[in-house]
Amino acid sequence: MTRRIAAALIALLPTGAAHADWELNMREGVTAISREVYGLHMLIFWVCCAIAVFVFGWMIVALVLHRKSRGVEAAQFSHSTKAEIIWTLIPAVILVAMAVPAAKTMIAIEDDRNPDLTIKATAYQWKWQYEYLDEGVSFYSTLARTSNDARRTGSGIDPESVENYLLEVDNHVVVPVNAKVRVLLTSNDVLHAWWMPDFAIKKDAIPGYINQVWFRAEEPGIYRGQCAELCGQDHGFMPIVVEVLEQDAYDARLAAMKAEFGTDTPRLANND
Amino acid sequence: MTATTHNDADHADDHHDHGPELTGIKRWLFTTNHKDIGTMYLIFSLVMLFVGGAMALVIRTELGQPGMQFVQPDFYNQMVTMHALIMIFGAVMPAFVGLANWMIPLMVGAPDMALPRMNNWSFWILPVAFGILLATLFVPGGAPAGGWTMYPPLVLQTGDAFPMLIFAVHLMGISSIMGAINIIVTILNMRAPGMTLLKMPLFVWTWLITAYLLIAVMPVLAGAVTMLLTDQFFGTSFFRAAGGGDPVMFQHIFWFFGHPEVYIMILPAFGIISEIIPTFSRKPLFGYTSMVYATASIAFLSFIVWAHHMFTAGMPLTGQLFFMFTTMLIAVPTGVKVFNWAATMWKGAMTFETPMLFAVAFLFLFTIGGFSGLMLAIVPADFQYHDSYFVVAHFHYVLVPGAIFAIIAGVYYWLPKWTGHMYNETLGKAHFWLTTIFVNLTFFPMHFLGLAGMPRRIPDYSTQFADFNLVATVGAFGFGLSQLLFVWIIVQCARGGKKATAEVWENPVGLEWTVPSPAPHHTFDEPPVVK
Ligand SMILES: [Cu+2]
Repeated sequence: MTRRIAAALIALLPTGAAHADWELNMREGVTAISREVYGLHMLIFWVCCAIAVFVFGWMIVALVLHRKSRGVEAAQFSHSTKAEIIWTLIPAVILVAMAVPAAKTMIAIEDDRNPDLTIKATAYQWKWQYEYLDEGVSFYSTLARTSNDARRTGSGIDPESVENYLLEVDNHVVVPVNAKVRVLLTSNDVLHAWWMPDFAIKKDAIPGYINQVWFRAEEPGIYRGQCAELCGQDHGFMPIVVEVLEQDAYDARLAAMKAEFGTDTPRLANND
Repeated sequence: MTATTHNDADHADDHHDHGPELTGIKRWLFTTNHKDIGTMYLIFSLVMLFVGGAMALVIRTELGQPGMQFVQPDFYNQMVTMHALIMIFGAVMPAFVGLANWMIPLMVGAPDMALPRMNNWSFWILPVAFGILLATLFVPGGAPAGGWTMYPPLVLQTGDAFPMLIFAVHLMGISSIMGAINIIVTILNMRAPGMTLLKMPLFVWTWLITAYLLIAVMPVLAGAVTMLLTDQFFGTSFFRAAGGGDPVMFQHIFWFFGHPEVYIMILPAFGIISEIIPTFSRKPLFGYTSMVYATASIAFLSFIVWAHHMFTAGMPLTGQLFFMFTTMLIAVPTGVKVFNWAATMWKGAMTFETPMLFAVAFLFLFTIGGFSGLMLAIVPADFQYHDSYFVVAHFHYVLVPGAIFAIIAGVYYWLPKWTGHMYNETLGKAHFWLTTIFVNLTFFPMHFLGLAGMPRRIPDYSTQFADFNLVATVGAFGFGLSQLLFVWIIVQCARGGKKATAEVWENPVGLEWTVPSPAPHHTFDEPPVVK
């Protein structure tokens, strides 16, 4: 109980950098959807806290007052229809109240009309391939060499010395800020999942399926995520990095990417 | 039905021939006695708890700090997979079956289980199944490493262990189904005269409902893994996209088994808690009938929520909404149970012997697991929680301080009845406090890790997750070592100690407290009469 309260109180404090250690809470992210998701998360969290205060408070009072060592006589009542109806109905009402905003957000998430840019992401054991469908750009994105060297069992390299350990790739996904970016997800082998916490997106990449997600990032920056579905030995080593750029910078990068990756057949970026 | 009861009772006497008793290993190999079989189930599950626990410690050791220090990633995945399979099918489920074997005949006033030879068979399948499963650690390609959920196509990349895994799962399923049939037949046909259904102790009720769940879903699991087997060896394409199959279909079938399975592991725990809290509150259970109905509602709802395990697999909006609403609905009957337990304690005269301590900790910590479950039901938020450490925290809260705490509470509660001695109360309390502190130290930080963005089932992680992982690792070792104390307390109690009375506790309710402690080898040869 005290742990729960302490955790709740700490979670209230304004959190510093998103990547600070001892991070306690979900990040708000940089899309309208991710902020809505964060809001739902905090709402249901506080609902749970309120129920906890009531239920745990009730039990704690009983544990303190109604103990034999205080010389109390046990009452012998064994039911109360009124109480039982109340504690069936009140939770049901709370749940309906929670379901409404959740359903609204779900409908917003599913509205994938009119994307500005479509990227197809194909998962492999253990890397991602990204294709900018309208631009003829295609490339692979694998774990950065620095992380890959350090993560070998017994490598002797201190992960703390590696910048963005396990969260850096050789080729970033580059998207313009404020554009509605649609990502089509599929897999070439086993199940994987494309998780970008800052966009509140997680969706499985499944062979034979094309799943669809979208985001509209509102702040330029570099955002990092990981594969979230067990996909074999290097499941922990296929991160996702999305770089959100201002439109001008994006155009320049796209031109450079066309020069480097603009072929019909995608080139292997690394040495695999 | 009354007539059959008589026939069964006469028939059961046949097994009680007091001819030459078997001794040594033969006694245990050929026993048809529910108490012997219950004991074997309980010891087996305790051994498996330590085997699965050792694997958990391998996992926590590797996760103690960022970087790969001790194992290869593939071996790490083997540990993750085997830890889950062993804990679910080897530790938690057999422990409940062991408690059912020991206590259900004593609680309903039956001389033994209805089908004693099948009872023997359903136990002895288990060591074979887990022998096969553990042997996979030594075959080419190593143990299964695709997760206990066995999702294709990854599971089809398993090496020589693959057919062994499938066979072991089939055996576990057969054992569970036979155990469930036995429990249902015993409860429905062998109750003492006067023991109507709504007079049965709640442990018996929750097990009756659990047994039906087992019969309903274990064949579904068997079907799913058989399709994996034929996909692998006989060229079928149930789940192979390249052959027109559907990998997501496996997930639907698996979770149609898997979600009721979750309740198979918690309903008997509810039953145990419902026995213990009234005894130590010295007050009848509050809302007995609503407890029974709540259990039945949870069991029914468990069949229509399965897809909440796979929101990220992609499904139509209506599907997401349906499974979100049904999942949230489960909070209602579960809430009724928690409120009823609290109301049972209210105005009681409580004492806090070890079983009660574990039961009270169950109330608090299982409820925390329930809260995170409610959070996971909110689909948009689930997109963040899913397959992160938040989920790991959630299901460990309902399984460890949930199911396992209830099992431990039950063991302390009935141990004097089994051995005829009181366990060492001081050590029991020490075991409780160590276990409770360390279980929170292990699993509470996992909520934070998941929210901060750490995926589950990864052998190594980005440096920002280092601090809480170290805390969890310290907690896990403390938790594991504390369970050695549990073993010592049980051994000590089996060997001797203060004599236990028939009642053991102060005015407990139930037929099990009317027979002497230790319960004689044969009880209720003459059915008791329940008023
Ligand atoms: Cu992957």
